Amino acid sequence: MQRNWIRAVIAVIFVGLLAVPLIYKRVLSARHSADLAQSRSAALERYGFAFQEVSKAVGINFIHKAPTLDPKLKHIMEQVASMGAAVSVVDFDRDGWDDLYVANSGEGSRNALYRNLGNGTFEDVADRVGLADVNKPGTGVSMGAVWGDYDNDGYEDVLIYKWGKPELYHNDGGKHFTRVTEQAGLPSWVNANTAIWFDYDRDGKLDLFLGGYYPENIDLWHLTTTKMMPESFEYAQNGGRKYLFHNLGNGHFEEVSQQLGIDSRRWSLAAVAADLRGTGYPDLFIANDYGVSELYFNEGGKHFREVGKETGVGYAPKSGMTASVGDILNQGRYDIFVSNISEEGVLVQGNNLWVPEPGTSGNSIKYENMANAMGVELGGWSFGTQFGDLNNDGYLDIYEVNGNVSLDQDQSYWYDYSKVAGGNKAIISDAANWPSLRGRSLSGYQQKRVWINDGAGQFREVSQLVGVTDRFDGRAVVLGDFSNNGALDAVTANQRGPVLFYRNQVTPRNHWIEFALTGRESNRSAIGAEVRLFWNGQEQLQEVSGGSGFCGQNMRRLHFGVGTSTAVDRAEIRWPSGRVQIVNSPRLNMIHKIEEPE
Amino acid sequence: MSGLAPEIRNQQQTAARQRSPLARFFAADNRYLPPAFITLILLVSQLSFGLLESLSRTLLAIAVSMGCDFALALLIYRKIPNLASAYITGISVGILLRSPEFWPYTLCSVLAIMSKYVLRWRGRHLWNPSNFAISAMLLLTPEYVATLSVQWGNTIWPMLIVWALGVLIVLRVKRFHITATYVVSFVVLAWIRTFFTGHPFLAEVAPITGPMYQLFIFFMITDPRTTVKPRWAQCLVALLVAVVEMILRLFENVHAPYYALAIVGPIANAVEIAITTRKRTPVPERLAVA
Repeated sequence: MQRNWIRAVIAVIFVGLLAVPLIYKRVLSARHSADLAQSRSAALERYGFAFQEVSKAVGINFIHKAPTLDPKLKHIMEQVASMGAAVSVVDFDRDGWDDLYVANSGEGSRNALYRNLGNGTFEDVADRVGLADVNKPGTGVSMGAVWGDYDNDGYEDVLIYKWGKPELYHNDGGKHFTRVTEQAGLPSWVNANTAIWFDYDRDGKLDLFLGGYYPENIDLWHLTTTKMMPESFEYAQNGGRKYLFHNLGNGHFEEVSQQLGIDSRRWSLAAVAADLRGTGYPDLFIANDYGVSELYFNEGGKHFREVGKETGVGYAPKSGMTASVGDILNQGRYDIFVSNISEEGVLVQGNNLWVPEPGTSGNSIKYENMANAMGVELGGWSFGTQFGDLNNDGYLDIYEVNGNVSLDQDQSYWYDYSKVAGGNKAIISDAANWPSLRGRSLSGYQQKRVWINDGAGQFREVSQLVGVTDRFDGRAVVLGDFSNNGALDAVTANQRGPVLFYRNQVTPRNHWIEFALTGRESNRSAIGAEVRLFWNGQEQLQEVSGGSGFCGQNMRRLHFGVGTSTAVDRAEIRWPSGRVQIVNSPRLNMIHKIEEPE
Repeated sequence: MSGLAPEIRNQQQTAARQRSPLARFFAADNRYLPPAFITLILLVSQLSFGLLESLSRTLLAIAVSMGCDFALALLIYRKIPNLASAYITGISVGILLRSPEFWPYTLCSVLAIMSKYVLRWRGRHLWNPSNFAISAMLLLTPEYVATLSVQWGNTIWPMLIVWALGVLIVLRVKRFHITATYVVSFVVLAWIRTFFTGHPFLAEVAPITGPMYQLFIFFMITDPRTTVKPRWAQCLVALLVAVVEMILRLFENVHAPYYALAIVGPIANAVEIAITTRKRTPVPERLAVA
């Protein structure tokens, strides 16, 4: 009798456990609906900021065109040709207003350079300055662009990386750009999806990292074989090679990757450089699709040592899509964000937020993935992600774009995709084995993520509440203060979709400060310079970046929010040359233009 | 066994004792053989490829499974159970379930073990525990869970080794016919599916080359506790699982093998239980019931 009673109780518990997920989802859904009902002004009041999409009003009318590759890929064209929308921020004419360079990827399509007119609007001047017609048939198509003053003449030059011939353009005084690819010694063909400028040997001249995705001997428009896909969904090492171009200082570059220890054929999608160990030399982090990420410690500018497994970031293979660094807990050191793929019920990789383990530093630094614990794990089919203090509360927030291929909204390619993705090398690596896409979506129409940081280790997703409501296939996102008013606006480039300009309105309660750095002994762009800001017992570290996220580059200036504090103790600037400069009590709510001291 | 003469029984026991430790380990009646094999797969795959979501999640699933089985057996039967099957359940959940969260591993393991004690009919549990729980998780919490989808690295050797070892083990435990029937059925039905989908044969057959299927065919569909008894019926059930899976695949169901086994397995068990009970019941009693 007693045993039957026990059995009955266990049966009730069993049914209860089965019901728990349904009840939990219902409660969450009700709470979310209540949140959505809030007005924009309430969002501004509650979260300290709100976005408004204003691309048309500011003069940005850009629709990305995807390439049409070899007919042998016709059955999966949209899936293969799913990258290329890119955007980067630069003040190319040094007028004090940040401009936007937008990549296009259709054969013969034109890139755009939106010059910021300083009155809240932009004008496309790419044709006029010679940066529009860069996707001529036979030369490949743009995948992105990174800006850096490689010859230290004071004007930002640009590398356009492509599935095709990478092109370097010299900025002639902000008026025109001259193609200098051959003089620079760049390779004839790289199927690249990432490039960054950084001065790895601190010689004052910017060097260039270029990461291949498809192997460089593949011309995607003239395939000799269909066996050009990744050999594995998680362990592929048959991608493009990596290049490290050492700047020789006379407009020439020398390729030194293998010589310096960078020898990988993983499928790179993003790279970021930062001094993760406080050595003064920038380390290199690479997020790879179809496999683990790689972290290269820079050993005095003379050698790179891959330490992915050693540090914990290179163990679990996922689909790395973006790489960005930020000091999210105001600890004075960098955390690393890598976006991955999560699709309900099919593949839940989850993003990685690599936070240094307490008590580890220097060469023994170890990272722990805190994405789950901090609430930034589930994005979608995620691409570009950037850190930035969106509400100026003193903590870095995260903006992530999602969505892969949006075609027929009611039909999904996931079933067929998962069939081959789980198959053996002989099957997955041959495009001929891939089932036809037939107009179906693959993680399409996904909402974006805006995670605000509470400073205590938790992020909250507020995209829909603060006005980020688009469902385009987001690729690159960049943050910049385009109005010079201390608010970080967001610009997103969408595959086969428009460039969106989200203007940010931030509560005046919170204060800010920005630093525009110019190197003298260091590279003029000051890429690699770090600013450590101290205020109200807080310390936040930021670096001038030569490219981050996915196919993106944020504004060069460093932007800090300080919350309601009315004063800052000091800013410590460490220049790439090693020189340290202290700026005591810099004024708030203004841009500080600082040149490296003699 | 109990019907044998004492001297014969003694001879057999003596023979068993005289076997070498290795022979005893690989004996068909060694219930620790499958757990040992699945542990080997787990360790090799994790050390060489990082197959698991994380080792801590898998260990959590194993601990919860064994703990739950121990507690329920003690509570209901007042006896300490052999935890080998709970270990396999935990390790299966730990490998096959993919989630960045920890709670799905706990919930799935608890559901798996509880299903053994709750979903019973006439003294037998109907579902393979891990199959039931993983199917339930996929249906109820698709936002948080998926299943194993990675390969054995990017070469064919690890896959061949696992296949070879797997075959060896199911041969030893006399369940090879189940695995073989399913594999042959899957391959033939994959070929048939190409006529419906228009996809290449290799695309249709691709899933069976992945680790998920190898765990499925070596450990899940061969589970002695939840398969029917006659060999011919075991083959028939394996065939039916493959057929239902094919139907689900034609409807583009990503988790077709799990759901197919979750549908066919308990029906087959229920039919067998009903038939067995009917045979055991004396004729007059049956007539009286009728």
